[in-house]
Amino acid sequence: MLSHIVRRVLQSFAVLGVMSLLVFTGVYAIGNPIDILVNPHADQKEIARATAALGLDRPLIEQYFGFLKHAAAGDLGVSFAFNVPAIGLILERMPATLELATAAMLIAVLLGIPLGLWAGLKPDSAAGKTIMAGSILGFSLPTFWVGLMLIMVFSVWLGALPTSGRGPTTNLLGIPVSFLSLEGLRHLILPAANLALFNLALVIRLARIATREALQQDYVRFARAKGLTENRIVGVHVLKNALVPIVTVVGVEFGSVIAFAVITESIFAWPGMGKLLIDSINVLDRPVIVGYLCIVVTLFIAINLLVDLAYSWLDPRVRLGEA
Amino acid sequence: MTPNRQFAAEFAASRIAVAGLALLTLIVFAALFAPWISPQNPYDLARLELLDSRLPPLARSAAGGIYWLGTDDQGRDMLSAILYGLRTSVAVGVASTALALAIGVSLGLAAAWFGGWIDALLMRLADLQLSFPAILIALVLLAVLGQGLDKIIVALVAVQWAYYARTARAAALVERRKEYIEAATSLALSSGRIIFRHLLPNCLPPLLVLAAIQVAAAITLEATLSFLGLGLPITEPSLGLLISNGFTYLLSGHYWISFFPGIALLAAVVGINLVADRLRDVLDPHLRR
Repeated sequence: MLSHIVRRVLQSFAVLGVMSLLVFTGVYAIGNPIDILVNPHADQKEIARATAALGLDRPLIEQYFGFLKHAAAGDLGVSFAFNVPAIGLILERMPATLELATAAMLIAVLLGIPLGLWAGLKPDSAAGKTIMAGSILGFSLPTFWVGLMLIMVFSVWLGALPTSGRGPTTNLLGIPVSFLSLEGLRHLILPAANLALFNLALVIRLARIATREALQQDYVRFARAKGLTENRIVGVHVLKNALVPIVTVVGVEFGSVIAFAVITESIFAWPGMGKLLIDSINVLDRPVIVGYLCIVVTLFIAINLLVDLAYSWLDPRVRLGEA
Repeated sequence: MTPNRQFAAEFAASRIAVAGLALLTLIVFAALFAPWISPQNPYDLARLELLDSRLPPLARSAAGGIYWLGTDDQGRDMLSAILYGLRTSVAVGVASTALALAIGVSLGLAAAWFGGWIDALLMRLADLQLSFPAILIALVLLAVLGQGLDKIIVALVAVQWAYYARTARAAALVERRKEYIEAATSLALSSGRIIFRHLLPNCLPPLLVLAAIQVAAAITLEATLSFLGLGLPITEPSLGLLISNGFTYLLSGHYWISFFPGIALLAAVVGINLVADRLRDVLDPHLRR
């Protein structure tokens, strides 16, 4: 087990190194931010001064190692557009994104498991078929368009919910969050529902398949033979076993939700990291783009590592198979 | 029954798949013949009537015609804009999938055939890429490359190739142990000939199913990127850009500028998915329940 953990951690660091190199050279090798950042009427001397100040005149390799050294110390450069440290800009917006992603995941799991369970227990009922048809639609619907339609129905037609922003935030252990006030919740519900859509469809499918498989198992037949109530069979024996694949997928999908939040945040003007990324791409603010990618990639690798280790702890066949 | 007939009969056994095929045929037809069936050329500025801007669906034009799906902020007939947009979206989806299929399958077959470090390198690269969501990779590439038709195709190919490489490699590893490959090898045929003439045709069914599903994914991804303003330029408006344009007017109640292009996008994706699902059931006996 220990050697497995060490190997996976080392692997993760190697991936991190490769990704940082790819991202850095990709973003820094193409395009010249000077054209965008310096007044077009500036003379040669002024341009040269700005280039030197931003460190853009040094060779790429030198810029990369400088970047690595600073990144390790938590300094990802200064945003060209805001003229403040990029890491601060990103971290400042991270709680908003994490709150949105968590809310979306909660909706997907809390709605998806009961619906999937129902569809798995009664696959031929009208309700079961409707749930499955809804889940197929959830996979096909373009997420960004659904976001617009949600705004159209709930904000423009019904006038019930706000169209954009985060609303007032409350401090929870020093971190600003929206979900503690009613006004904040009203701002959160539409973007969270929008972001949840894909994973809701996914969880419904997983829960349905897992339920149907569990129903075939000997332990369920045995529980029936013992004369347990249907509630206990479904609530304990079926649900517990159906949860294993769902927990794994939800763990891995949390990373995707953070990436997909880019779209939802842009639609609902949610002040998170994703909206910052799109704004930064539009003005070629490279320190912020690189910083966002480094943070998201690190988050991803950490999530994958945790899920993988949890999985090999739950299922010894995984680590024995590799040895 | 000939194999083709049997295939067609099996496909037609599912009514919903036939409905999907009908929908898909309609969409491909609309995309191919958009310039001939559109009520107007939506990008010929001389034909646009500013007086007709933001008219609701079924409104009469100043010239007496009917705008079935309304008009946008420049007086452009939405039905025509959607038909042209569908043409762009479908073309980008199909072109990028075809290119990714060709590249991914070649690499996957090479990995399976040669093994060793080529295999290890290609598969680690695919693993690395597949551990990140497609949207993130596409965003990075477009942030680096900039906008344009060619760039979005590059991004879509880069996102997709690993799926084909993995599937092709898995299929080829099974096939290469079979006797017909041994026979071809003992005839001293060249590697290239064995790979493309003997191995490839036998690996095709799962790849075709995957490609069908991926066309839908590519169309959705392109629309999403264009919506975010990172995809196609304004001169080649795809469905995503039409929806994005309508977003501005949505808040003042002009829903149709965003609504109908979205329906067209949804119809295309659902049609492709229904057909692909059935193809998978018919072509892949392992998945039959």
